Amino acid sequence: MGCSSSSTENKKSEKVVKAALVIQNWYRGYRARLKARQHYALTIFQSIEYADEQGQMQLSNFFTFMLENFTPSRKEDPALVSRLFETTFQDIKDRRDYVGLIDVPDSYEGPRLEFPLTFTDIGQLLEAFKQQQILHAHYVLGVLFETRKLLKQMPNFTHVKTSPSKEITVCGDLHGKLDDLFLIFYKNGLPSGNNPYVFNGDFVDRGSNSIEVLMILLVSFLVYPNDLHLNRGNHEDFMMNMRYGFTREILNKYKLHGKKILQILEEVYTLLPIGTIIDNEILVIHGGISESTDLNLLHRLERSKMRSVLMPPVSINKDNATDLKKSKMGITLTAPGRVRSSDLSSEQLSKHEWEQIVDILWSDPRGRKGCYPNTSRGGGCYFGPDVTSKVLNKYQLKMLIRSHECKHDGYEICHDGKVITIFSASNYYEEGSNRGAYIRLGCGMNPRFFQYRVTSSTCMSPLHHRVHAMENSAIRILKERIISRKTDLMHAFQLRDHSRSGKISIAQWAFSMESILGLNLPWRSLSSRLVNIDKSGNVDYMSSFQDVHIEKPVKEVHSTLIETLYRYRSDLQIIFNVIDSDHSGMISMEEFRTMWKLFRTHYSVDIDDSQVDALANTMDLNKDGSIDFNEFLKAFYVVHKYEKLSTSEAS
Amino acid sequence: MYCLLTDRKATWSNKQRLTERRGIISCNENRSRDRKKNSQLVLADFHKKIKEAFEVFDHESNNTVDVREIGTIIRSLGCCPSEGEIHDLLAEVEEEEPTGYIRYEKFLPVMTKVLQERRYRPIPEDVLLGAFEVLDSAKRGFLTKEELVKYMTEEGEPFSQEEMEEMLSAAIDPGSNSVNYKEYITMMVIDEN
Repeated sequence: MGCSSSSTENKKSEKVVKAALVIQNWYRGYRARLKARQHYALTIFQSIEYADEQGQMQLSNFFTFMLENFTPSRKEDPALVSRLFETTFQDIKDRRDYVGLIDVPDSYEGPRLEFPLTFTDIGQLLEAFKQQQILHAHYVLGVLFETRKLLKQMPNFTHVKTSPSKEITVCGDLHGKLDDLFLIFYKNGLPSGNNPYVFNGDFVDRGSNSIEVLMILLVSFLVYPNDLHLNRGNHEDFMMNMRYGFTREILNKYKLHGKKILQILEEVYTLLPIGTIIDNEILVIHGGISESTDLNLLHRLERSKMRSVLMPPVSINKDNATDLKKSKMGITLTAPGRVRSSDLSSEQLSKHEWEQIVDILWSDPRGRKGCYPNTSRGGGCYFGPDVTSKVLNKYQLKMLIRSHECKHDGYEICHDGKVITIFSASNYYEEGSNRGAYIRLGCGMNPRFFQYRVTSSTCMSPLHHRVHAMENSAIRILKERIISRKTDLMHAFQLRDHSRSGKISIAQWAFSMESILGLNLPWRSLSSRLVNIDKSGNVDYMSSFQDVHIEKPVKEVHSTLIETLYRYRSDLQIIFNVIDSDHSGMISMEEFRTMWKLFRTHYSVDIDDSQVDALANTMDLNKDGSIDFNEFLKAFYVVHKYEKLSTSEAS
Repeated sequence: MYCLLTDRKATWSNKQRLTERRGIISCNENRSRDRKKNSQLVLADFHKKIKEAFEVFDHESNNTVDVREIGTIIRSLGCCPSEGEIHDLLAEVEEEEPTGYIRYEKFLPVMTKVLQERRYRPIPEDVLLGAFEVLDSAKRGFLTKEELVKYMTEEGEPFSQEEMEEMLSAAIDPGSNSVNYKEYITMMVIDEN
């Protein structure tokens, strides 16, 4: 108890307490708003990522459409169709003949692997990749061949057991982020007989070191086949790779032998196990489940027939089996492209089996009960806690561990503790966007989570810098989306602008943005970053398009065409890559025209063929009748008006 | 319309007065109808804002958020409650048996009232500056790192270690190991706008 002489002291300390409260209050408010902005940026990244995937899945409809309407006009054309619908792999010769044909020059300073591989090869590989060396194609192919051989002997699901002295570590998506893999091995130890791992899919795409990540994992698998377990993810799919960067990475790093690598990689993907079951209790799969998930069927089916999520089983039409045409690939085709039922049923999965696998690789858990089509991704489903309970109980399992979704903290638990999402690529969208994590499991123990974040500097930049960087990046890609739908958006805005004042309410603006772009985002909270708002709260809607425009490769081209080509450039990338069966990077003008006609019809794009023709002609710079499609697509890019300014500001 | 005689004038002005009165009444009715419409629009706008802020943290898309995110959500809507005030608000939105989750149906009415009553207004810049000046008794214009840490972690509603580290990373000038609070405040204010 104080006496009167300390009353001034009391007053003083009261003032201090009040001052401290003011500062703390203000800081917490500021910090919370920063965190909210961080979350908004994350939401933008995620929405756009899933919307892209949805667009991706719609491509499979296009390929089916193409098959049904493509009339081969020349002898070589059947190759195009069969390229899409090959059901047996090209007869790839034995490794000795294939790989042996590739010499490793004495001048090569990279890592040299010795088969059969041992743990020293793992160490060698890690060291080499840390110094940014590239593994020679000879060894890449050697590893792929050995992996193919070994995987063929493995069942669809790997069953593992843990013990109190032998815990297992489960990692999620890596997406070509080599630094994250290094960090995991640094924190958790290299794989070995005593330190088993499960890598739950999506090793490749998006990051810049997909091949290195894949090599480390496959080499580790070859050295420790009973302790390093790999599950297939939705990106272990040669068509996904065409769009999300892995195909490009391989063709860049392996200019001479890239095609060979891609060929055998396709097959290796199909041989990756569908999942892992730990202690008969925990199911580890990449995406999720659906209410009709049939584990017994999934154990039995021939997983090697699942080539790509974009290649659903072809419809079998017995009526049209009149004209037979033998293609180069040795598959009998009927004109205009239907396949004979007797030949195909043994070479494809049934539709039901195919869907079962798509569900496993693409589904996401949600809080809502029941099972619904996964509309944001366009494949698999959303499954609720009731579906989880039902399926887990049916097979006497206790928990589901999956990946597939980026989580802010690297992991997330839902469905009453029965579903864990584990994601191992930190800074996935942008520096500071999220942590990565892995789980350690031991029998009878609760799972333990370990989080990390890769940073390029020794101390992390302050929170507001990180949030800024993330926000700017998210707003940037959002603006690119907006500009690619300019015509439709303007139409929607003008519909609501009865007085032709150039202004509409925020509510009207938000509604238009959401319905045209199909992105469920907090538009009101983002509005201040995207448009000009006047004092009475109305939006100057044309300001949605300020600061950004699509660069026209040629002046005379109509802007609608530019917009359309920009919008569909990723889809076109895949289509071109598929047509370009010899991976030369070039397609003929005729192939281009045919493909464009089909594309235009299927996607209901209202653009004159002659316009596209004229454009293609200008792109055929060599005038030799072929188009370098990478150059063609690169020509459509978005220019951000203040790009240079903003980068200098950030530094 | 014109009138001829005074008594007509009287009638006319009566009529005029009547019309005027009717005009005022209808004008008043219009104004109150407009006010009602406006307040309905404002209310709808509040609801949408609250929904957006809530949904960003609703990871499972089932109209619930983790109870630990409530403070962040309220603050992201522009309010500045103290930790104690957040606890009081939580009591209003939690379930009878706390589940660790807050449901949107309970959050919406409480938060709407907070916005309508303009509660927990943000701290004006000059008050913030005054607070720093109180702590800087020697009026040097800065606080050392140790002083800042002491005040923030020992007085008022103390910072967690994470909060303290984050504030230090942006505020402290590593050369002098102190924070020039005037500059710091200016920087933060610019950043928010």
